[in-house]
Amino acid sequence: MFRKFTLRVPRLILALGLILLSAVCIFTLRKTPLIIAGKNLTSIGLLVGGLIFYTGIVLIISMFENETVLSITLLLPSMAAVAIFVYGFIGWSIQVSLSKWKGLNPDYTWVGLKQYVILFQNNPRFAIDIRNTAMFTVGFILGCLILGLGLAILLDQKLKGETLFRGIFLFPMSISFIASGVVWGWLMNPATGNRITGLNLIFQSLGLKSLISLWHSTPMPWGMAFTVIPAVWQLSGFTMALYMGGMRSISDDLREAARVDGASEFQIYRYIIFPLLQPVTLSAVIILGHMSLKIFDLIVALGNKAISLDVPGIYMWTTTFDGTNYAQGAAIGILMLVSVAILVVPYLIHNMRTETQL
Amino acid sequence: MIRRVLSHTLFYIILIVLAAFYLLPIYLMLLTSVKPFNQVDLKTMWSLPLNGLHIENFIAGYKQLAPNINNSLMMVIPEAILSSLLGSLNGYLLAKWKFRGSNLVFSLILFGMFIPYQSILIPLVKFMQAIKLYGDIPGLILVHIIYGIPITTLIFRNYYAGIETELLDAGKIDGAGLMGLYRYIMFPLSAPSFAVVIIWQFTQAWNEFLFAVILTNQSHWPVTVALNNLAGSQLVQWNVLMAATLLAALPTLMVYLFLGRYFLRGLMAGALKG
Repeated sequence: MFRKFTLRVPRLILALGLILLSAVCIFTLRKTPLIIAGKNLTSIGLLVGGLIFYTGIVLIISMFENETVLSITLLLPSMAAVAIFVYGFIGWSIQVSLSKWKGLNPDYTWVGLKQYVILFQNNPRFAIDIRNTAMFTVGFILGCLILGLGLAILLDQKLKGETLFRGIFLFPMSISFIASGVVWGWLMNPATGNRITGLNLIFQSLGLKSLISLWHSTPMPWGMAFTVIPAVWQLSGFTMALYMGGMRSISDDLREAARVDGASEFQIYRYIIFPLLQPVTLSAVIILGHMSLKIFDLIVALGNKAISLDVPGIYMWTTTFDGTNYAQGAAIGILMLVSVAILVVPYLIHNMRTETQL
Repeated sequence: MIRRVLSHTLFYIILIVLAAFYLLPIYLMLLTSVKPFNQVDLKTMWSLPLNGLHIENFIAGYKQLAPNINNSLMMVIPEAILSSLLGSLNGYLLAKWKFRGSNLVFSLILFGMFIPYQSILIPLVKFMQAIKLYGDIPGLILVHIIYGIPITTLIFRNYYAGIETELLDAGKIDGAGLMGLYRYIMFPLSAPSFAVVIIWQFTQAWNEFLFAVILTNQSHWPVTVALNNLAGSQLVQWNVLMAATLLAALPTLMVYLFLGRYFLRGLMAGALKG
């Protein structure tokens, strides 16, 4: 493995210097905390010290001229970070979810699947969450796909101003869910009579009284359906961009050949373009689906934690940090993870397989 | 010919109606943010402001959000730069120095981008408290960098995979090693990708809410948390709130307006390859 070795004195000196420096750094920081501008940054200092140390090691390894080992060594910090912060923390969360930790002091007493059983048996709030998430997911994905595909087809007609329209449809994506929730919360204000406002006011002045609605304040379960509107507003442009990318990769020759054969524009879309867009639809469903399963900030800004608009993300938050029921909160978090994993893991495996074949 | 003109007119009408729907919230935000409070009566929310534009709403909004905008900037700028450097290194190694199992490693890293953060939140809070980075901006930066590793690695990896290996082979003949090839060939070629990743991370971190609300205390709140708090308070001055919302959304809107091309590329990368 290390058959080749070229000693480079300057590099070795640099490496040893860095190791020494990091040792001094870490040793000092263990004795005295590092405080900059009133912030205790000891951990950051230790992290930097560790990275300096690691750079020294990398320099030494680089003299062995074994590129695979060097490549793995360089990847190691990121791999370790992901291993701890993603997989390690998931494991830790699972452990919490199997305990009876309630209150501020950790209590890892094993209670098995009790927390999960509580959620599924006589827990009306979690039942509402599941129904809300299902409703939101279906509405959100369908809305984005239909509107996104429709916009992509419209912009596929080589009209003037395509860039301008594309820009308009995409810009909501750059705004935070919080900001959009605040604005849409106002547009979809449910007040009636004298205090009528927002979209309802427009409908009233246009004489479209039948469209006046309570929006997301509609009694359960249908209020949740209206939270789809701002979500689709934000992400249908993204779906459109995905479809446009897919359409662009279909060669014009194919369409031209179909035209020569006498196919109408409608038939070209129906029999040539739509089938070729299926992989795009799959990616869009995965991306949008995983977003909707963990939807959180939009609903917080829109519904102000109203129980009728509750979703698992909010339930986890209030249970854990307001109710200090850590074990229960962890169980909700893990169930959210499972739902996302069912959707995403097959897709990741599929992606990995097709790539290895190339 | 006539049919064509007709269908085009129809397409334009549909497009314009849809564009109006997409622009509606922004229009309303702008309209309200320049009105005095007595004209923001619910009845008149759609009418144009009488007697001039009221910039003082923005000043009032800015006064409320200024510390938080500052917090967000202090967080987002180092975060975007550091995570793009890290992503560039990872992407280069995973695209050009594949080892046995490197695709698996990549997929395992990638999974981190899809997880609901609620599933790691309790350990994260406990961990950040233990290393004394809880409640302040540096801790939030660290968290954003770490959970940004998947997406930044993905974008750079796809970009580097598209650079021909012959270029690296030429460098190898000249005696460059793994690090030399990165420094002299790959890094100078990565400017577009850096633009994509920096913009993406900037937007993500600026708009992020969950980590921000859980990991910082009130004096270090980023702008999303402060805005949500402002909107949730009992006496809402809509004109000031809308001005504040615009201010909070302004940086990412500007990035989108002027650097939209790169923003779009980041979006597409997030969709993997399909």
